[in-house]
Parts: sequence; structure tokens; C-alpha cells
Amino acid sequence: MKKDGFWHRAFDLYYDGFRSMTLGKVLWAVILIKLFIIFVVLKLFFFPNFLKENAEEGRESEYVAEELINRVEELKD
Amino acid sequence: MLNVLSIDAGMIEWSRAQFALTAIYHWLFVPLTLGLAVIMGIAETCYYRTKKPFWKDAAKFWQKLFGVNFAMGVATGIILEFEFGTNWSNYSWFVGDIFGAPLAVEGIVAFFMESTFVAVMFFGWKKVSAGFHLAATWLTGLGATISAWWILVANAWMQCPVGCEFNPDTMRNEMVSFAEVALSPFAVDKFCHTVISAWIIGAVFVAAVCCWYLLKGREQKLAVESLKIAGIVGLVASFGAALTGHQSAARVAEVQPMKLAAMEALYNGGVDQSLTGIALINPFAQPDYEQEAEAPMKIAVPYALSILATNDPHGYVAGINDILNGYTKPDGTQEPSVEEKIERGKKAIEALANYRQAKKEGASDSIVNCQLSMINSNMQYFGYGYVKDKHDLVPFVPINFYAFRVMVGVGCLLILFFMVVLFFVYKKDITAAPKWLHWSAIVMVPLAYIASECGWLVAEFGRQPWTIQDMLPTWASVSNLQSSSVMITFFIFLVLFTTMLAVEINILLKQIKKGPEL
Repeated sequence: MKKDGFWHRAFDLYYDGFRSMTLGKVLWAVILIKLFIIFVVLKLFFFPNFLKENAEEGRESEYVAEELINRVEELKD
Repeated sequence: MLNVLSIDAGMIEWSRAQFALTAIYHWLFVPLTLGLAVIMGIAETCYYRTKKPFWKDAAKFWQKLFGVNFAMGVATGIILEFEFGTNWSNYSWFVGDIFGAPLAVEGIVAFFMESTFVAVMFFGWKKVSAGFHLAATWLTGLGATISAWWILVANAWMQCPVGCEFNPDTMRNEMVSFAEVALSPFAVDKFCHTVISAWIIGAVFVAAVCCWYLLKGREQKLAVESLKIAGIVGLVASFGAALTGHQSAARVAEVQPMKLAAMEALYNGGVDQSLTGIALINPFAQPDYEQEAEAPMKIAVPYALSILATNDPHGYVAGINDILNGYTKPDGTQEPSVEEKIERGKKAIEALANYRQAKKEGASDSIVNCQLSMINSNMQYFGYGYVKDKHDLVPFVPINFYAFRVMVGVGCLLILFFMVVLFFVYKKDITAAPKWLHWSAIVMVPLAYIASECGWLVAEFGRQPWTIQDMLPTWASVSNLQSSSVMITFFIFLVLFTTMLAVEINILLKQIKKGPEL
């Protein structure tokens, strides 16, 4: 990789930038903790995809149709 | 009404509460990001033009605070998408790719643009030319603003669904015109009003930090010069917000007249309508709009509501009862009553059931097409088929009424505030200004945030019960889940968000106390 080439300079920008961070290190730590909580804890344990869990794969439209049609039927009762 | 459904009635309320909590939290970061982007861009432009090191330090300082806020706000919006998939599965499926497309564009284009240039902005001071760095700073802000555009396009579509066709086979709305969705006038108005109001937040925040320095007798040059920028940005944006707010109100009058009627507590409409300044409305109960002629103790500005809604002092504005019972529009067309819309909504849903049954049984094309045509001719009222009591279509008036007044009231106060700040900055000595002015800048931060959140309250409470205007109410959109699971996550979020907010405020305050690095 040429030292004055675009990719080298781009790499250098990030490498030096990350290495010389001060406040940035704290912020990255907060971001990573937050992403872990959001994508690992919340997504996996608290936010399953409802249709994936309750409708057969490829038959989601059937499930939603039944839900939407039946909810009107229930209103008539 | 909800008791007759097999879905847990608490599920709707908890899902709404959870969504509101997440959106409110997300909206604490977004406006500051958009607003600080403008301030730091202007500060760096000053540096680029003058080459004075002072402006470089000023730009770096505001960029640092922007960075803290940006980092704290990252991914908070993602949780809203999780909630769609779990709590609002019918809605998520029903909106199809119309909702997904703008969000995908936002993720791919805007977010990556923002992320790329933010790295150049923070890491590139000694690595790239001054011009390229300045471009990166502005492009970071532009990326954030484009992000906001796509999110608001998605939101605007829920309020005013355009550019789509419902496909009864897939049970999804399919986009027929990307341009109609992306450039819907509702989205344009919403974007302008929202982004301009975000600039006010940025300006107020900067003014507060500067005034805090003045109170402490430090960083005076930074404070005075930044106050000039904040004062001008804030004043221009405040007038802009008023103008775009008027534009938004006119659009709401056209597309969501019930929202306008609720935020004005206008029970019976007509021509020559006055704008209520204040009235005595019980904040905890829905008013008896059927019996009362108007809200009690009303003090109003003559003709102003007609001007706001129609740009004509004699324009017609529909009230809650007019909308429920049907009315004749100024162009002579008849707006059907809610009862008629309910009938047509039921026809659409019945035709949908028949259509799907006919397809399943392999019925003839003529039968299938007949049902399809019945669906299409009544589709615009599809959501009304789920309405048992017409009063369920009236949003909670007090919250809309008061939130609107808080937003407008604080907006007017901000205009006055920025005018006073600019007067002291340019005509007097702001460093020697009375302490109340400096303190008032600090008090303006929570007030501006409250006004901003009130704007969202009006936008979102005002459209209740619709998740998609006229097409799907909340009780048809929600997943068939138990409310206890949503309740648990609501409180987890409350703890998580409060902690995150405390961390952010702590880091921000530390950086403000530290001041610019010279």
C-alpha cells in the first residue's frame, strides 16, 4: 500500500484517530455497552419478532388476515 | 369497546406508552444533534474564512459537545423498530415496504454518510485540508438532517398515507409511487417544521452554555462570539418554526381535521373561526363536546384559526361534532359522517374476507374481481370498520389543547429571548448584562425541550386512534400479546433510559466545565 495513496491515508486517519482518543474512549465504551444491551439483551430476550414466532414461515399474510378479519368479527359480538 | 376484543386492552395502552417513552427519549438527542450541527458548521466556516485560531477552538469545542450527544443518541431509534416487530406486528405487516423503504434508505445512505464524515470531522483536523474538513463538518450535519428526512417521511406516511395500493393477497400496502411517498407535502411540511425546531434547541443549548460561562466569568470571548451565532440561528429558526408551523397546521386541517379540532378544542366549527388563546378545560377528562357549544372561559383571537387553517380569515374549519356527523366542505363536496365511514370500512373488511375465501375455494374470476372492486372502492375507510363507537375517534382533547399551547407559548417566549440576547450582544455588553438574562438562557433549555416534545405530543396524540390515518386503528394494529410482557420492558426502558440520560448529562456537564481546549 502506497504511503501517499488514498487507502493508506484513510487507514491512517482512522488508526491515528482511534489511538489518540481521550473523551472518545469513554464515548465508545458507552456506545458499545448500549449496543450490547439493545441488540443482545433487549432484542434477544424481550423483542422477538411476533410474526416469526406465531405465523408459519411464508404464511404471515394468512396470519395477519385472520387477525384483522377476526377482530372485526369480535366487534360484532 | 376494547373489552369485546380477545386482545388484552392493557396491551394497547402499554404498547403506546412504551413507544411514547422510547420516542420521547430518542427525541432528546436528535434535535440537539441537528441544532449543534448548524452551530459548529458556522463556527468552523468562521475559522475557514478568517483563519483565526480562536474560531478553530470554538468549532472544536462545539464539535466535542456534538460528539457526546451524537454518541449517546446512536441507535436509540432502533428500539422503536424492535417495538414495531413485537408489539405492533399487524401494523408492521400491513404497512409493508412503504415504511421499510424510507427507513432502509435512512440506514444505508444518511447514516453511513453521517458516520463517514463524523470520523473526518473528529480525526481529520491535521490530516485533511481546511476546506475538506469544513465540508466534512457540514456533511455530517447534512447526513443527520437527511436521516431525519427519511424518518419523517415514514412518520408522515402514517399520518397521510399516499403513493400506495393495498394488496389483499399479501395483506400489505405496496408502494406505487416512491416520489409520492418521499415528497408528500405532509412530509415536506413535517420535515421543515421539525428540523427548524431542532435548530432552536441547538441555539438555546449553545446560548445556555455561553451564559453559564458568563455567569462564571470565564471563556468570555467564546461565549460572546458563540452567542452571536446562537442568537441569529435561534431567532431565524424561531420565526421559521412559526412559519412552518402555520404551514403544518394548514396541512393538518386538510388531512387530519380531527387533530386540529382537538388541539383547538373546537367542538362546533364554521367560518370566521377564532383561535383560542386559553380556555378552562379539565386536563384529566374528555370534555362534553356534544353538549357544550364551546370550551368555557375561552379567550380567543378573532379569525385567527380560520387564517391558520385556511389562509383566509373567513375560511371554514370543521369542529369535532362536524367531523363526527359529516359536513359540507367549502368546495361543496360532502364529508361523510363517521357512521357512513364505519359502514364503508365494514364493507371493505367483509369484502376482504370474502375475497380471500373465494380465492381459497378457487371461485370464478368474476366473483373474485367483484370482491376486489368492493375492497378498492371502500379501502380509504378500511380502518373505520374496526370502530364500534364513533367517540373512540376523538383524541383526548386536553392533552392536545394544552400541548399545543405550551409549544406555541414557549415558541413566542423564545423569539423574545433571542431578540433580547441579540440586543445585548450587539447594542450593549452581554458580559455585563443582568444576571437574570444569563439565568434565563439556562432555564430556556428545559423549556425548549418541553416545547419540542409537546410538538410531538400534538402530532401523535392528535392522530389517535390511528396508527395509519383512516386505515388502521391501534386496536387492530397491536399484536395479540399479554400486556405484562410489554409492561416489564416499559420499566426496563425507564431505568435504562434514565441511566443513559444521567450518563450523558454528566459527560456533557464535565466537558462544559472543562471548556474549550486551547
